[in-house]
Amino acid sequence: MLKTLRQIARTGIVTEPPPPPADELRVREALGERVGSVLGRALCIRQVDAGSCNGCELEIHALGNPIYNIEALGIRFVASPRHADLLLVTGPVSRHMEVALRRTYEATPDPKLVVAVGDCGACGGIFGASYASCGAVSNVIPVDVVVPGCPPSPARILAGILAALRGPAVDAPQSR
Amino acid sequence: MSLSRWLPHEARATQGAEVAAISVAAQDWRGFAQDVAAAGGRLLALWATPRQPGVHTLHAVAVAPSQALFATATLPAGTPHYAGIEDVFPAARRLQRALFDLTGLRSTDADTRPWLRHAAWPVDAFPLADAAMPTPASQPVDDYAFVRVEGDGVHEIPVGPVHAGIIEPGHFRFSVVGEKVLRLEQRLGYVHKGIERRFTELPILEGHRLAARVSGDSGVAFSWAYCRALEQMSAVELPGRASWLRALALELERIANHLGDLGALGNDAGFAFGLAQFLRLKERLLRATAEALGQRYLLDFVVPGGTRTDPGSAGAALLSRCLDELASELPVLRGIYEEHTGLRDRFAGAGTLAPELAAWLGVVGLAGRASGQPLDLRLDAPVTPYPALGVRRCTQAGGDVLARVNLRFDELNEALRLVRNILGSLPAGAHSIEVPTPSVGAAAAGLIEGWRGPVVMGLEAGPDGTIRRCHPQDPSWHNWPALEHAVIGNIVPDFPLINKSFNLSYSGHDL
Repeated sequence: MLKTLRQIARTGIVTEPPPPPADELRVREALGERVGSVLGRALCIRQVDAGSCNGCELEIHALGNPIYNIEALGIRFVASPRHADLLLVTGPVSRHMEVALRRTYEATPDPKLVVAVGDCGACGGIFGASYASCGAVSNVIPVDVVVPGCPPSPARILAGILAALRGPAVDAPQSR
Repeated sequence: MSLSRWLPHEARATQGAEVAAISVAAQDWRGFAQDVAAAGGRLLALWATPRQPGVHTLHAVAVAPSQALFATATLPAGTPHYAGIEDVFPAARRLQRALFDLTGLRSTDADTRPWLRHAAWPVDAFPLADAAMPTPASQPVDDYAFVRVEGDGVHEIPVGPVHAGIIEPGHFRFSVVGEKVLRLEQRLGYVHKGIERRFTELPILEGHRLAARVSGDSGVAFSWAYCRALEQMSAVELPGRASWLRALALELERIANHLGDLGALGNDAGFAFGLAQFLRLKERLLRATAEALGQRYLLDFVVPGGTRTDPGSAGAALLSRCLDELASELPVLRGIYEEHTGLRDRFAGAGTLAPELAAWLGVVGLAGRASGQPLDLRLDAPVTPYPALGVRRCTQAGGDVLARVNLRFDELNEALRLVRNILGSLPAGAHSIEVPTPSVGAAAAGLIEGWRGPVVMGLEAGPDGTIRRCHPQDPSWHNWPALEHAVIGNIVPDFPLINKSFNLSYSGHDL
């Protein structure tokens, strides 16, 4: 126990400030202003691997480390889509995961956001679309923010999540 | 019958050659498998290549003591079934089922359930045999025949494909009484994205990029195995520095994955401190890797003929400093893990895979070595520069979660030692050379011991620099069935911990 406490004290706080939201990654302005006010900064994320090579998952894992410390920003990963405000989806969407991804999306309460992570989530990546792959996440469910990269860095993924959280521009069309 | 009768004379003369290519008559397929098993060898990969309609070649990669073999058998047209080897090598069962799903070639095994095919393509379409792209089956979800466990108080818990954590998708069907697991049956194939067919659409000199993405946590292992196959086909001799830099990358990949796993294993046992500390170290390593070699995860580092970049002396010094820091912090964390009674209580005796069972199932890699199975390709079928590095073999006999934790600590220390050796004696010279396009029909297998276990790439050249066939084999194929055994008698809440201690790949398996 003493060793553990000593190690905690020795490590100190290593958390870095979060990146600014990367608004250029936003691809959809349909959710309306109220998303920001409804969800605020306490955001629950359900991550869905819809066919990824697991590379993006490694970088999403890193968001929880003490350096990016995503929980300190009020954002946490939850175990059920029923508890989620945002789906963080990696792709390409395999045909065998297509139904599971749709069901996960439907199980997520409104208002909800979707962030597609990685080159494969963005456009199918090196796997493309085929008999076994639907390609981009947006081919299966609506997507608000796309974070390209193979895999994108944790800072970039975080910047994408923060961009999704920011309400649309004031003059954006109100869909709800 | 001894194994040597299968070896061509030149291979017998050059014992220790990287991989000996042999041809086996179709009727000798089982005999070959039995001789490999009798010699203490292991099946590492199994696949088929459709030729003209109805004609297939069957391929296997096996490693016997001091010799890796790449066997090919041609099945004459009209062969309805080839002789299955699932009784010799249990891992062959799923391999043979998957092989049918993709090529239409059926073994004699009675279990004819699909394995990789769910509903993406109909039962009479074969993605690797049909020229046209298969279209989806009419039902969006199929009905899979799980084995039912019956009796008083038995109930089923279906889990997945979407899991509660940030992990890959797969389905687990538990049959339990109370909290105790009577049986686990896995159903995989959810992340099947057509990798093997996709390879045939790529130029052979660019296939390494897809190879690296078969399983993103093993990018170096897969891309190196691919490049080794390609370089054997083209018979190019790599500059020393190229091979040494690849080994540097492979060991960095091993260290990064072991650090992540050790943290996650602490976390799954309720010790969040472990996750925070190990992920902090991993992040530091990834940043140093990115600075020295260009990427956090080295998916594009290994290229045909060598490596994409060279760290130079500045990069090497930076990595050295980072590894020195890691080496000074690890003993503290290992000490904490070893003295923490709560952790030991969760680790010890959980998910035990006895050595005898591991031997029978043919468990390989990290999970195998934690159950007393010594195979390590860095020693048993080494590529340059491993013979010069003097790898020390790490094994544990316990076969439980604790053994897999301890083995990771041991291998972490050994990998740190290897990396420091590599950085201290990197040969001078070029880090890459030109690789000519291999001639049509040339074929070879590349074998690399990744952090999870032996990775195999079978490659055959098509005309004009294309790929006729590329088959990646992840070690998870051999170890997933072992997980079904390791959880029997354990309680359901221990499953995530046991599963993590194996940390098998879904993407690398589902292809």
